[in-house]
Amino acid sequence: MKRSLFIGLLTASSLFAGTLARAETIFLSTQLRPIEEATAVRNVILKDLPAPVEYVVEEPPQFAVRMEAERQAGKHTISLVGALHGELSPIAAKDGFVPLDDLAEKLQGKGMPKALLDLGKLGKDKQQYIPWMQATYVMAANKQALQYLPQGADIDKLTYDQLIEWGRKMQEETGQPRIGFPAGPKGLMARYFQGYFYPSFTGGVVRPFKSLDAAKGWESFKQLWAVVNPNSTNYNFMQEPLLADEVWVAWDHIARLKEAVTAQPDQYVIFPAPAGPKGRGYMPVVAGLAIPQGAPDEPGAKTVIEHLTRPETQILTAQNVGFFPTVDAKLPSDIDPGIAMLAAGVDATQHAQDAVISLLPVGLGDRGGEFNKVYMDTFQRVVIRGEPVADVLNEQAAALSKLMGDAKAPCWAPDAASQGACPVE
Amino acid sequence: MQNIKKTWIPYLLIAPSVIFLALLFLLPLIQTIWLAVSEGGAPSLANLRTMAGDLNFRLAIRNTFLLALAVVPVQIVIALAMGSMVAKVDGGRETILWVWTIPLGISDLAAGLLWLSILQNSGYLNSLLFSFGLIERQANWLSYQTPIALFFAIAVAEIWRGTAIVMVIIVAGLNQVPKEFREAAEVFGAGPWTRFFRITLPLIKPALQSALILRTVLAFEVFAVVYALGGTNMPVLVGEAYTWQNQNQNYGVAAAYAVLIMVISLAATLVYLKAVRVDPERLP
Amino acid sequence: MTAAQPSNFGSARKMLLWSGIAALCAWVLVPIYLVALGAFGGRSGVYQWPKSILPTGISLEPFLLFLRTEGVAGAFLNSLGAAAVTVVLSVLIGAPAGYALARYDFRGKDSFRLLVLLTRAFPLAILALPLTVSFIRIGLYDTVIGVGLVHTILALPFAALVTQGIFMGVPRELEEAAWVFGCSRPQAFFRIVAPLALPGLAATAVFAFVISWNEVFAASVLTVRNRTLTAYLLTVLSESPLHYRFAGGLLLILPSVIFIFAVRRYLFAIWGISSK
Repeated sequence: MKRSLFIGLLTASSLFAGTLARAETIFLSTQLRPIEEATAVRNVILKDLPAPVEYVVEEPPQFAVRMEAERQAGKHTISLVGALHGELSPIAAKDGFVPLDDLAEKLQGKGMPKALLDLGKLGKDKQQYIPWMQATYVMAANKQALQYLPQGADIDKLTYDQLIEWGRKMQEETGQPRIGFPAGPKGLMARYFQGYFYPSFTGGVVRPFKSLDAAKGWESFKQLWAVVNPNSTNYNFMQEPLLADEVWVAWDHIARLKEAVTAQPDQYVIFPAPAGPKGRGYMPVVAGLAIPQGAPDEPGAKTVIEHLTRPETQILTAQNVGFFPTVDAKLPSDIDPGIAMLAAGVDATQHAQDAVISLLPVGLGDRGGEFNKVYMDTFQRVVIRGEPVADVLNEQAAALSKLMGDAKAPCWAPDAASQGACPVE
Repeated sequence: MQNIKKTWIPYLLIAPSVIFLALLFLLPLIQTIWLAVSEGGAPSLANLRTMAGDLNFRLAIRNTFLLALAVVPVQIVIALAMGSMVAKVDGGRETILWVWTIPLGISDLAAGLLWLSILQNSGYLNSLLFSFGLIERQANWLSYQTPIALFFAIAVAEIWRGTAIVMVIIVAGLNQVPKEFREAAEVFGAGPWTRFFRITLPLIKPALQSALILRTVLAFEVFAVVYALGGTNMPVLVGEAYTWQNQNQNYGVAAAYAVLIMVISLAATLVYLKAVRVDPERLP
Repeated sequence: MTAAQPSNFGSARKMLLWSGIAALCAWVLVPIYLVALGAFGGRSGVYQWPKSILPTGISLEPFLLFLRTEGVAGAFLNSLGAAAVTVVLSVLIGAPAGYALARYDFRGKDSFRLLVLLTRAFPLAILALPLTVSFIRIGLYDTVIGVGLVHTILALPFAALVTQGIFMGVPRELEEAAWVFGCSRPQAFFRIVAPLALPGLAATAVFAFVISWNEVFAASVLTVRNRTLTAYLLTVLSESPLHYRFAGGLLLILPSVIFIFAVRRYLFAIWGISSK
C-alpha cells in the first residue's frame, strides 16, 4: 500500500514537473516583491504583452544562490532577470549575461540618458543590463518634528550640524531620540556611508577613505549618533518605525519609506539628505533588466525589456509601485499624493545646488558585498564600539585597498578617475 | 540473544539510508569542506584566515557558546518539571501535553516574528509595563546598547521555542520508569527529592542523553530567532555563515564557518556520549 | 497517591501543581494569542501604542486578504506534496535503519549513528548551492520531488533515531516467539512488530511532515515556480506591512498546531516506549 502511494506521489510530482515544459518567459525579480506590487506587475504592467510572462519574485540571497547554481549547471529556466545594480554585478563578473548593445542603442535614440545606460555596462565593454527603474534615498520627517527644527534652518538645505542640533532638541524636549537610520541587517546603511556620508564630508568614496576629512566626518557622525534611536541597528525599513512613531526623522530608500508616506501623506514631509563641508552627497539607485546566458527564451525576454522601457509602461510603473522612469517620461498630475511627495523629494535632491553625485560601485564584481562590509565594519567599530577613529580607519583602509586591488576596480564618481585599481590615499 | 549468523541483515537495512545520505548529504558536504580549505582550486587556508580575522568572529563564538550554556540547562529543567508535573495528573493529561508540544511545530521564522511582536518598542511587553506605570516611555530591549536585555530576550525566545522537543524526549523517558520502582522507594521512606535523584534521574539517563545531544547541536545552529530579534547586534556563528554567503557572497568563508559549526557540534556530542554514560544493561 | 496525607496539605499541593501547569500552559499560549491579535488587528492595530492585550478592533479582513492572494493555493498544494514525499521517504528509508539500530550489534554502528547525527550538526543552508547545481543537472530542480528529497535529509535522522526507540519498545521476545512458530523474519516483522510499532510510526510521519512544512531556505532556492507555502510566504512577506507578516506567521503556525493535535496520543510513544 505504501509502495502504491509512493508511485502515486511520483506520478503526481512528475505532473508538477511537467508544467515546466510550458513555453513561457520566466521573469525573475528581486524588486517589487510585496504582494500588492507583484500583483500590479502581473495584472497591470505586464498585461498587454502578446506572449504570457510569468513574473516570479525572489529575495536577494536566494536570487544569488539560484543564479550561481544555474550558471554552474549550465541549464537555465530563467529568461529575464530584474534586480539592483549591485545584485547584477557579481553575475556579470562571471560573464553570466547576454550583451544587450543593440537594445541600448535603440533606447539611447529614444532619450535614455547616456550616463544611466553606461552604469549598465558594469565596467565592461558590452551592455550588461538595461536600466529599468530608478530611485534614490531621501529623508522623511514626521510633521511633529518640524517644531524642533533649529532656528534659520531650511529643511531642503539642511546641514549635518543642523541635523545634529535638531536631533538634540527633539531628544531633550520629548525625552526620546527621534532620528533613525536603517542600520539593521537588511537595511541599506552601507549605501548611506558610500553615497551620502563620504561624499558630503570628503568629496570621495574610496580615495579619501582615511583622510583627515574622513576622520572629522566620523567624529561628527558620532555626535549625530548620540541623538539617534539606538534601535536603528535593528531597523531594515524606516517606514515601520516612522508609522509606529518610534522615529520622527529618517533616512532611507524611497521604496522603503513609501508605505508610511502613502498611508498618511499629510503626516510627513520629504526632503534631501543633509550637506557636509564638501556638499550634499546623493546616490541614484538603478534596477536593471538582464538576460542570462543560455536563457530559454531570449527573443521573448527582449520583447519584455522593450515593453518595460516604453514611456507609457514606465509611467504605469511609477504610478503603481513608486519607482521612477529611466526614460524621459512626465508623471501625470493625478498620481497618488504620497508618490508625488517622494517624486518632489527626489527632484529636490537631484537639483540641489551643492549636490555631489555618487555613483553605484562599478567593477567590483562579486566583491560588492565585501565592499559594503568595509564601511559597515568601520561604522561598527568607530561608532558602536567607540574604538579610536584613526586606528580603525587605517586598518579598514588596508582591507579596502586589498579589495580594490583584488577586484582591479578603477575609481568611479565622485572619486577622480584612476589608472588601474582605485587607490586609497 | 542476537542472531549473529545473519550479519548481513543490519547492513541491508541501513543500506538505503547510507546511500541516500552519501548522495544527497556527504557529496555536497565534501564539496563544501573543499570550498572552505581551498582557493581557486588549490588548497589554501585563506578562507579560514579571513574567518578568524573577522571583526565578529570572536564575538560570534562567545555568543553562541553563552547562548547554548544559558538555554540548554534551563530547557532541561523546565522539561523535567513538565514531565514530573504531568505524571501526577490524571484527567486532561493529553491536552496539557498537546499545549506544551505546540512550539515543536512552529518554525523559527514564525517564532522570531512572534517574539518580535512582544519585545519590539511598541510591543506588548512595553504596553504592559506602561499600563502598570513601570515605565514612562517605550523601553528598548533589543538594541546594541542593551546587550544584556537583548541576550536575555533571545534566550527567552529560544527557551520558548526549543523546550518542547526536550519535553517530548524526557516525558517519553519518564514513562519508561516502572511505577513499581518509585512505589518501592516510597515504601522505604525516600523523600521526593531523593526519589528523583536516586531513582528517576539515573533511569532516564538515555533519554536525557538524547535530549542533551539534540538540543545542544540545535543550539549551536541558532540563527533565525537571533536574526529576527537582534539583527546583527548579537553575532552568532550560523548568522555569520549566512551573512558571508548571502550579503558578502563569499562562499568560501561561509563554508569555513559551516565546517567550524560542525566540528563544535561533533565535539559537544562526543563530550555528552562520554559524560552521560549510558550503561547498556540498563536499557530495556 | 496522597490518600494517607492530611487532606488540606494534599489540596495545597494540588493547587501548587495546577498553578504550575497553568503557568506553563500560559507561557506557551499567550505569545501565540498575541501574534493572532496582530494578524487580525489590521494596519492600525499594529502601530497602536500602548497596545491593548484585549481583542479590540479585530477583523478577519487582513487574514482573508492574505488567503486570497494569487499563488497561495498552489503553494499550499506544493507544500503538501513536498511534505508527503518527505514523509514517505523518511519512513521507508529511516525505519529499516532504526530497526537495525534497535535489534542488531554490527561493526560500524557508531559510525552510522554519527553520520546520521552529522546531518543535524551542519547548517543545511550552506549546502544549498552544491545541491542546487546537481539538482539542475539531473532535472530535479523546481520540482516538488526535489524539495522533498532535501527535506528528507533533515527528517531522516529523526526518523531513524525515533524508530529505533519504537522498535526497542517492542519486546524482542514476541518476535523471537514468532520465529519459533515458523514465521520467516519478514513475516514476523510485518505480522508482529509492525502493528505494535504503528502508532509510533505515525508520529514519526508527523515529525517528518512538520519538518518539511516549516523549512524555508532550501525550498525557496530549489524552486522557481513550484514554490512551497513557506518559500512563497517568505518572498511575499519580507517587505509587506507588519500586519500582513503577522497574518502570514499565523498561517504558518496553525497547520502545525492542528497536526500535533491530531497525533497527540502517539507523540510520546515516539522516543521510547509507550506508557505502561
